[in-house]
Amino acid sequence: MQLSVWTYEGPPHIGAMRIATAMRDVHYVLHAPQGDTYADLLFTMIERRDRRPPVTYTTFQARDLGGDTADLLQSAVRAAYDRFQPQAMLVGASCTAELIQDDPGGLAQALKLPIPVIPLELPAYQRKENWGASETFYRIVRALAASSANGSPRRPREAGARPVCNLLGPTALGFRHRDDLAEVTRQVVELGIEINVVAPWNATPADLARLPQADFNIVLYPEIAATAAQWLQRQFGQPSTRTIPIGVTATREFIAEVAALAGVDASPVLARSESRLPWYSRSVDSTYLTGKRVFIFGDATHAVAAARVATQELGFEVVGLGTYAREFAREIREAAAIYGVEPVITDDYLEVEARVSELRPELVLGTQMERHIAKRLGIPCAVISAPCHVQDFPARYSPQMGFEGANVLFDTWVHPLMMGLEEHLLGMFREDHEFADHAPSHLGAAPARPSEAVRSAEPAAVAVSSAALSWATDAERELTKIPFFVRGKARRNTERFARERNVNLITLETLYDAKAHFGR
Amino acid sequence: MTIHAQACAVPSTSSPDGVLRQRGQREVFCGLTGIVWLHRKIQDAFFLVVGSRTCAHLIQSAAGVMIFAEPRFATAIMEERDLAGLVDANDELDRIVAQLLARRPDIKLLFLVGSCPSEVIKLDLSRAALRLSQRFAPGVRVLNYSGSGIETTFTQGEDACLASLVPVLPVADRASGPSLLVVGALADVVEDQFRRIFVSLGIDQVAFLPPRRSSELPAIGLETRVLLAQPFLGDTARALEERGCRRIAAPFPLGGEGTALWLAAAADAFGVSRAHVDRTLAPLQARAERALARYRAQLAGRRVFLFPDSQIEIPLARFLAREIGMELVEVGTPYLHREHLASELKLLPQGVLLSEGQDVERQLDRCRAARPDLVVCGLGLANPLEAEGLTTKWSIELIFTPIQGFEQAGDLAELFARPLLRQTRLAV
Repeated sequence: MQLSVWTYEGPPHIGAMRIATAMRDVHYVLHAPQGDTYADLLFTMIERRDRRPPVTYTTFQARDLGGDTADLLQSAVRAAYDRFQPQAMLVGASCTAELIQDDPGGLAQALKLPIPVIPLELPAYQRKENWGASETFYRIVRALAASSANGSPRRPREAGARPVCNLLGPTALGFRHRDDLAEVTRQVVELGIEINVVAPWNATPADLARLPQADFNIVLYPEIAATAAQWLQRQFGQPSTRTIPIGVTATREFIAEVAALAGVDASPVLARSESRLPWYSRSVDSTYLTGKRVFIFGDATHAVAAARVATQELGFEVVGLGTYAREFAREIREAAAIYGVEPVITDDYLEVEARVSELRPELVLGTQMERHIAKRLGIPCAVISAPCHVQDFPARYSPQMGFEGANVLFDTWVHPLMMGLEEHLLGMFREDHEFADHAPSHLGAAPARPSEAVRSAEPAAVAVSSAALSWATDAERELTKIPFFVRGKARRNTERFARERNVNLITLETLYDAKAHFGR
Repeated sequence: MTIHAQACAVPSTSSPDGVLRQRGQREVFCGLTGIVWLHRKIQDAFFLVVGSRTCAHLIQSAAGVMIFAEPRFATAIMEERDLAGLVDANDELDRIVAQLLARRPDIKLLFLVGSCPSEVIKLDLSRAALRLSQRFAPGVRVLNYSGSGIETTFTQGEDACLASLVPVLPVADRASGPSLLVVGALADVVEDQFRRIFVSLGIDQVAFLPPRRSSELPAIGLETRVLLAQPFLGDTARALEERGCRRIAAPFPLGGEGTALWLAAAADAFGVSRAHVDRTLAPLQARAERALARYRAQLAGRRVFLFPDSQIEIPLARFLAREIGMELVEVGTPYLHREHLASELKLLPQGVLLSEGQDVERQLDRCRAARPDLVVCGLGLANPLEAEGLTTKWSIELIFTPIQGFEQAGDLAELFARPLLRQTRLAV
């Protein structure tokens, strides 16, 4: 068992629902107990969809377990087919149904419906949401694309014909998938490339059958679409993109990569496309952002992209980088090596919390779950990745990708930080009754003070890490004069400095010696 | 996609009592959802679900929009090795509880909450609770109940939670005389109002279950009379009756009339004179009626369709019909407790279609065919029905809002008037 205060991903059948809900004319029959229909709310409330997800649940109850749950499943499949008349059907089990082992896929196929019925094997006690989405997308692509082209190699494009691509990855309940898709589509169209199929977003099974007709694939979210894209490459020789266009530099590289795959000239597009981020970031108002210590956590794609933007485009210092997606641990390890930090690869919220607490960053870029951590520790925070809640499915255009995405990133990440003038004044005058050091005034009601529990836990934590260390009263008092957002780091550095020199009592002198030693 | 609706749904089972009983897909929450409000009511309690990632995902999808520095619920997620028997599930549970209590020394009451997976593999959480209680006594009490979807629907999670508290309630001192126990989580403000009214009726010994803190568990005994504040407390009532408490039959305290009847039933049981009851309640009921008049003007004659959700539907329908003048198209309930709802059923208008259980697709067909003015339904259906041009009132809010008592009667009506008012306001 694993103690999970918050979970970064849902179970794998939620991933399958994200594929089914993103598509049209697909229906998903899910063998699941009463209550698992809560998942509909993810789509109708969090994403605010105006239709019910195309999912029929068997919703068995305790009294059904004594009877024939297999029959229940078959009648649900038949009723769903009769009512919704989909072009293809997905059939699978949720975690509880997995325990009763009815073999939903086999039972559904035995009904011999006149449409493709795709069984899903999603091990709910081993795998999670993104894996479920990826596996479902792969299975559905495989089932529908293979039959149409019979595995024959793709015909080379005729001279003069426009290059054609597929856009793979955007799903229902994806973090900013809607607007990323619009942004990337605009970019691709500007390059003079035709889009064959976008999937799974709004695609029908018939659309998936046309996937082999493209020259190459653009993979927006590897967590969802890499497996399917690899299969398409093996089967039809379609190469796919690797660059994720988040941030200005990555977007430029992405455009170059797409252009190369399509055999077109990227330079006109690169010449006219610009983001406001570079100038905003170079303007003197942003100077104080230099070296801000940032902790980054999320799915690997967004975390790696964010680390690059943070360091190269905003001038932050990455002090921690991690992901909850073990499938993408390698990508995070490689990136962490670039920034010289220890990668955090865990789906344990408490472990992430412990790491943030230890590193004391000035900004956390994470998921909805890191907002809980940041509130507890009183650190500014912005969301860069799923899991996210209703406020991260905004009405306004807010991509993460492309040049407009970079504009959004600049605003979003800088917003929770205390603004420059206030930060300076707080560093100078510490007894103001209105402006407190933990509460940026431009946020109105600002991040809460670290809770009582944390404050009382803090000295204990210090005592554990530094058994023989103590602080002289005047040094402790001096520490409170250091601005709030760097105080944790100053405390850590001073204690490290003292330990390395076998100093047991930290005095004013030790504090300033350590400051001279480490810099800010 | 075209939806091939059946032209006219035929009841699958029409029982002699006229209640439509259907089986099919049920679009309801499981009992785990009760944690979302119970963790706020009992402030020093912690709810540890023993289940799967699905269970963890459910609770955080519901409650995780709030940002918690210190959440009061978590899930012990079962993994492959727990199922394969590679590790002893009990050892694992002990380890996790120890980890949790070390992190949160402020917890005084820990609920181990069973889920579908833990019930299906028959993990004995009641024994685990006993064992852990002994280990962590006297600082922490560990209890167990099931919030699984296979056994409980939405508010039945509260029933199961409160029923698990009943055996540990202290025994009342016989000499202390008759006492009143009001059962069902109520908003703090509502609880305070009721306490004041009971005192003015001359009923001084009043306690509420659940209490706000685990240290304030009410004592019960043969002299305890139980007044249910919520209609979904079948198991809790039975457990209390097994300990010798006697239930006071009454309609539920929704609306001016319902609240007056509820309070009067308690007063009767305590031998308070009719005249004193009338003198005390009449001005309060009159004020509730004044508050309701405005909404009656807006809502009278409107047709309302209630999907099953919390078991509060029947008392609600009685209020909407009798005090607001709405017309009932269908009143769905996930479960109909005939005995506890007897006083309510008598007050319902004749010929109302009651349905117990659900086949959601066919119920939607009936709803679409009836084109009601207002649909009371869960959030999985609300936005899709709005997009079809129906006006909805999402039902979960009725569990999260102070709606009981005289002073909330107007607020309760307003919850139904608001979506209709919004329809008339929006010009886009």
